[in-house]
Amino acid sequence: MDEVFKALADASRRSLLDRLHAENGQTLNELCDGLAMTRQAVTKHLGILEAANLVSTVKRGREKLHYLNPVPIHQIGERWIRKFERGKLAALSDLKRRLESSDE
Amino acid sequence: MSKPEFVYVIYIKTTAEKLWNALTDPDTNTKYWFGAHQESDWKAGSSWKIVFADGSVADTGEIVEIDPPKRMVIRWRNEFRPELKAEGYSRCTTQIEPADGAVKLTITHALDGDGTKFIAAVSGGWPLILSNLKSLLETGDIAVAVKK
Repeated sequence: MDEVFKALADASRRSLLDRLHAENGQTLNELCDGLAMTRQAVTKHLGILEAANLVSTVKRGREKLHYLNPVPIHQIGERWIRKFERGKLAALSDLKRRLESSDE
Repeated sequence: MSKPEFVYVIYIKTTAEKLWNALTDPDTNTKYWFGAHQESDWKAGSSWKIVFADGSVADTGEIVEIDPPKRMVIRWRNEFRPELKAEGYSRCTTQIEPADGAVKLTITHALDGDGTKFIAAVSGGWPLILSNLKSLLETGDIAVAVKK
């Protein structure tokens, strides 16, 4: 679990996860596209995310596709969230999302 | 073949054989799969289905590939929600690999055709099922008994 928190404690790595959340199964080239990070930096961050099991990969021909693996995040949530709280928490985050995106 | 829509990985401190048994044994299924279980004779070409606790059928399909205790591919279609059933068959691949005293379980799921509803539905369910499965195999108990 330490690895997961360490991996998440970095804005660049979180932005890579955001990109995979927006579109899952991207290649390294696709992930680098439009980012202000060098290819080497992206490779390094992906390695840390993969070691923490936050990113999973599949090989497809010569390409390696990267996927957001939400399982460790789910396990963190499960550790501290009691099952009765799930509904209320979902309602709260839904409310926050709607209020903050009301200008759209 | 389309690329997988999601690739879920979990590491479980158990053996490949115990994990395989937990994945294919109906009685063990019910302990971590919200009371549901799978029915199949687990041979290539055999029919396969998921049955809810009340006996109604959740999903149907067939075993495409099976290589115990390492790999299986299931052709999988939803049966209980018309909008999901309309999206047709998906392909679920389960892979078990040794990983330093534990086993690495990888679940990938891809829809054969177009559509987003089926994948959205199953992608929400898998993390819960996998966490429960890990808890069950490592501690003998599960973390979340019922969905939601």
